Amino acid sequence: MNTYFGVIWAIVWKDVRLELRTKEIVVSVIVFSLLVIVIFNFAIEPTPQVVGLIAPGVLWVAFVFGGILGLTRSFVLERENGNLRGLLLVPVSRDAIFFGKMCASFIFMTIVEFLVFPVFAIIFNLSIIEFGLIPIAFLSTLGISAVGTLFSAVAANTRAREVMLPLLFLPIAVPVVIAAVESTAIVIGNGDGMVHWLPLLAAYDAIFIVVCAFAFQYVVEE
Amino acid sequence: MTVGLGETVAIIGPNGSGKTTLIRILAGLTRQDTGKILLSGLDTSRSGEKTRRTVGVVAHDSFLYEDLTGFENLHFVGRLFEVDCIEERIESIAARLGITSRLNQRVASLSHGLRKRFTIARAFIHEPRILLMDEPESGLDQQSMTILGDLVMDHVSGGGAVLMTSHDLDWSVTLSNRLAIISSGRIVRIGDTEDVNSIRKEYQVYTGMGE
Repeated sequence: MNTYFGVIWAIVWKDVRLELRTKEIVVSVIVFSLLVIVIFNFAIEPTPQVVGLIAPGVLWVAFVFGGILGLTRSFVLERENGNLRGLLLVPVSRDAIFFGKMCASFIFMTIVEFLVFPVFAIIFNLSIIEFGLIPIAFLSTLGISAVGTLFSAVAANTRAREVMLPLLFLPIAVPVVIAAVESTAIVIGNGDGMVHWLPLLAAYDAIFIVVCAFAFQYVVEE
Repeated sequence: MTVGLGETVAIIGPNGSGKTTLIRILAGLTRQDTGKILLSGLDTSRSGEKTRRTVGVVAHDSFLYEDLTGFENLHFVGRLFEVDCIEERIESIAARLGITSRLNQRVASLSHGLRKRFTIARAFIHEPRILLMDEPESGLDQQSMTILGDLVMDHVSGGGAVLMTSHDLDWSVTLSNRLAIISSGRIVRIGDTEDVNSIRKEYQVYTGMGE
């Protein structure tokens, strides 16, 4: 069991170290997410009524599409020099590799959300301190990371990987995006009813983390 | 086909004969269609996690992260294999391969030959009993080939086993106890290195250079 968690931790450490050195994933995702938010802000007149309706959607579209960029890059690094094959030589079950990559993606997306949300709140004139957003962001990011890690491993083995990942990932991520947008809208609008969405997100995460971890071994083996 | 401890077997064969596929199957990277593979007496299809611990692989791919230093790459692999006293082990293997002064250099800035040396260090870092090498001589200069040869000899004399593929028949003969010819995915000839002349003739037929 120590080996199992040791491998997960080693992969997370390696990905964080690579990111600290190259800053390719976090910086590009932050810039992309901010661009989406700014473009929407220009495209739509952000009156208080409109903001309440569209802001949660804009926020999660920015995070999800930005996340796709980061997830693609994450597995491109593993493709270079056959590094994924190198990981498969490690004496531990394949799902430890999956969890290592998933945790690293989760960390990167969380950093992006932490930095992008204040800018989003300023642009759309929203209250920055909304603690209700923390469980939503946590559960949504976890689900996106799990599904995204599996499909970026699938896409990495295809020639048109930049196109394949969104095509594979977005249809499966629709439930988590809907739940994230609806629950964010409730928090921003000071409404109630979020109690219905959080269990849905938690159930989605539980199901897809197990399914994706199981499927990962078949995806990476030749 | 069996490779015993304390033995080096070299597989030679023309391009596309199945050398790399064989190494990949033995390393657990590709699943075989038929047949059974036992490493240290364990079936690889059932005990993959246990057998992978005993195997070190030198492949065409370097398995190195370009933006990490050589030391960081080796440290990462050492952690994955739970190597005790990783730093000391890295220093020891780096000294053997003559890459100590390059340990803190990013892999992206290393020459092909130096990368290959780090790839070899990566394969040896967890002191595997079984060494699988796919054309390890490619990209190595004469000095590096000598160093690798010494490493392989020490590994075998320490009770390890080596299965390697090569295009270099002469170099294979100096390292191996037995030579095998592979063609179209089948071992068509296996013999002691003392039979090198007859093996050479047969090899030339398969590579289209003989009679």
